Amino acid sequence: MMSDPAQLAYLIPLLPLLAFVFLVLAGSVKQWVTGDIRLSDHLAHRVSIGAIFISWLLAIAILVDIVGRHGQTYIHSYPWLQLGASGALGSSAGGLQISFGWMVDPLTALMLIVVTTVTLMVQIFSTGYMAGDVRYPRFFAYLSLFGAAMLALVLANSLLELFIAWELVGLTSYLLIGFWFEKPTAKRAAMKAFLVTRIGDVGLFFGMAYLLSLTGTTDFVGLVIGNPETGALPFRSQGWLEAGIVAGPQIMALKGTVGLGLVALLIFAGSVGKSAQFPLHVWLPDAMEGPTPVSALIHAATMVAAGVYLVARMYPIFDLGGPLTALGATFRPLGLVGLTGAITAVMAAYFAFTQFDIKRVLAYSTISQLGYMMIGLGCGGVYAGVHDPSLGFTSGMFHLMTHAFFKGLLFLGSGAIIYACHHEQDMRRMGGLWKLTPITFWCYLTATLALAGLIPGGLFSKDSILEAAFGYNKLIFAAGVLGAFMTAGYMARQLVMVFAGEYSGGHEHGEHEHGDDGHLPHDPPLTMTVPLIILAVLAVVSGFVGIPGSMKIAGFLKYHALSHPEPAEHAMNWTVTSLGYGAALLGMATGLGSYSLQTRAFAFQTARPTALDWFLYQLSYQKGWFDEIYRATLVRGLFLVSDAAAWMDRWIVDGIVNGLGWLTRQLAFLSALVDRFIVDGLVNLVAVVSRGLGKGFRTVQSGQVQTYLLVATLGAILLIWAVAAGQIGAPTP
Amino acid sequence: MTTTPPATLEAFLLIGAMLFCLGIYGALTRRNAVAILISIELMLNAANLNLVAFARFVDHSHISGQPFAIFVITVAAAEAAVGLAIVLCVYRNIRHINVDQINLLKW
Repeated sequence: MMSDPAQLAYLIPLLPLLAFVFLVLAGSVKQWVTGDIRLSDHLAHRVSIGAIFISWLLAIAILVDIVGRHGQTYIHSYPWLQLGASGALGSSAGGLQISFGWMVDPLTALMLIVVTTVTLMVQIFSTGYMAGDVRYPRFFAYLSLFGAAMLALVLANSLLELFIAWELVGLTSYLLIGFWFEKPTAKRAAMKAFLVTRIGDVGLFFGMAYLLSLTGTTDFVGLVIGNPETGALPFRSQGWLEAGIVAGPQIMALKGTVGLGLVALLIFAGSVGKSAQFPLHVWLPDAMEGPTPVSALIHAATMVAAGVYLVARMYPIFDLGGPLTALGATFRPLGLVGLTGAITAVMAAYFAFTQFDIKRVLAYSTISQLGYMMIGLGCGGVYAGVHDPSLGFTSGMFHLMTHAFFKGLLFLGSGAIIYACHHEQDMRRMGGLWKLTPITFWCYLTATLALAGLIPGGLFSKDSILEAAFGYNKLIFAAGVLGAFMTAGYMARQLVMVFAGEYSGGHEHGEHEHGDDGHLPHDPPLTMTVPLIILAVLAVVSGFVGIPGSMKIAGFLKYHALSHPEPAEHAMNWTVTSLGYGAALLGMATGLGSYSLQTRAFAFQTARPTALDWFLYQLSYQKGWFDEIYRATLVRGLFLVSDAAAWMDRWIVDGIVNGLGWLTRQLAFLSALVDRFIVDGLVNLVAVVSRGLGKGFRTVQSGQVQTYLLVATLGAILLIWAVAAGQIGAPTP
Repeated sequence: MTTTPPATLEAFLLIGAMLFCLGIYGALTRRNAVAILISIELMLNAANLNLVAFARFVDHSHISGQPFAIFVITVAAAEAAVGLAIVLCVYRNIRHINVDQINLLKW
């Protein structure tokens, strides 16, 4: 069995799910047995970490296995929904079929290793960071549920299955952002994240429905997974197949149609929401209200990358979707992906410059880097005009992997710093930490340099994205270079503010009950530093799978563009590399040079800033006023609409109902009148008449026997007279 | 010797009618309950006379009238007994037997 670990892939999400179920139910069982509902913290993190550890081992086994198989895909599916005629997979003969199961291809294997590794590291880190929290077991239960959902998302073998997991990770994101729900800001941030991503999810849902109506299936196999040569696969293929990411026959049949473009556009809406791309990026900075390990896991490394993964998973649809025309411009879905990524990358990097919250800087950095991944994905495909249509795909996913490691590390590092500084998040109240927390500093420095693209990790992945963009569109390439410059700049600023100079916090933290030595920050315990070190190693090492010029990862993660000539031998593009690296170096130098290493303040502060300076600063510091604009337009508009609807409801709908009620009452009153005076009147009349008659006739009964006799006699006489006179009786013969 | 007029049916009926009228008159006018009972006896006997007369003059071959009359006499005796008993009871209760003051059969 272990020779074929993909068969056991279903265990990877199942184990964390079981851990979640156990942690949720165990409390009740314990309460029943011992009367105390609270689980011990040790049990909670042992179960949770144990489950994800086994999943991690399985993920490694699968990765090792699939690397050796060179472009094979494992498919295991059961028929789930089947409506109408059952055509072969790849024929839309009026039928509709969706299967349920799991699928392992290189893309999935990569995501599995990324997700399980980061989840494992974050959970270990959390044992230190969350120690003493009143809801510690619940935190691990949520983390397990998130792990299960995220792993199910990448193992899904149909878009519908992916969507279910997609919503589940959204739920856990909501639960974990609002984990400290006593804080009103956390509560609001959780709600905001949930609602904003929901906007995109509506698009995703419609896209899925439209795709289903176009092709009759949402299974990846047959749509976006197929034989690399023909795209088709035999009906209901199972097991290991020669298959990769390629447009299936149905997608080929719809190639270039507006309908397919619309599907891609709608699916991309889901990605934009989940991956916090412009214009739905506003939720991610607020999501930093959650515990820092959550920010590292969900809002940096894995869940926000799910949007990128979704685009990669549906890549043939994005590639072959027809041109869409809107506002006078015609664009292809992938072009839109690239453009969105470029806007996001530059914009978010700009906002990162002036934030003072250490986590918010990283949040904008994450948005920016997700934009980079989108640039990579967008600058590929058969229409991109690049020598290799798979380059954009590969580079985007490559950057996803390296980013997951170094950004997870940055967030965990910031968690360690926050922990060390007694839960202080304002960078102005840090400083001097390079000698106080040396382990954290070196790990953080590694991650920063990787993010800036100065050392492997970020260096190679960013380089490959820029190369894809260079071949596709010079404007997007320019945005990428600018983004690289800015990324290095704001990270330099952060390094200076956090680590340089002297520690400036801790003067007035009497309210914190950290009664330890002298209030000076120091490195956190081993449970927190070891994950940092492991991630630092991974962040650097992971970059080496894509050294420019050889790009080992390109042979592994591949998009097969049918009817496209085999790409020429890949050569290193020195123009791109030098431009990208130069921009990053320049950014780092500018960032370091602009700040005084002693005072950690901006070195070129002028006494009287010009209006332009002031505007540029506020534009960044106020995050482009997106929240304010949305509040003034969309939120307020929504409230207006809902007010109008409420008014309609109260005055018109209720009015009609109340009017009907009033009318019914009046009619009932009339009906009661008829009842009372006509129906009851008739009945009473009968009674009155009867009584009157009775009253009159009863006087006949006088009780005087002789009167009766007299009447009888008179009657008899009358009778006799009548007979005698021939008035009655038979005529006398 | 004076010739007696032949006994005719009409004569008997006339006598019966007179007796009956006397009985009716008595029953209607007397206030005393016992007197009323006596008047009723008169009426019964008028009927008996009629029965016997019809039996004698209309149908010689049968004597169905006579037993009928005997039955009437028998019933009249029983009626008198019951009637007097009632009158006695009434008297014991209300100390008189004036029928115009007895109206218990009223509505």
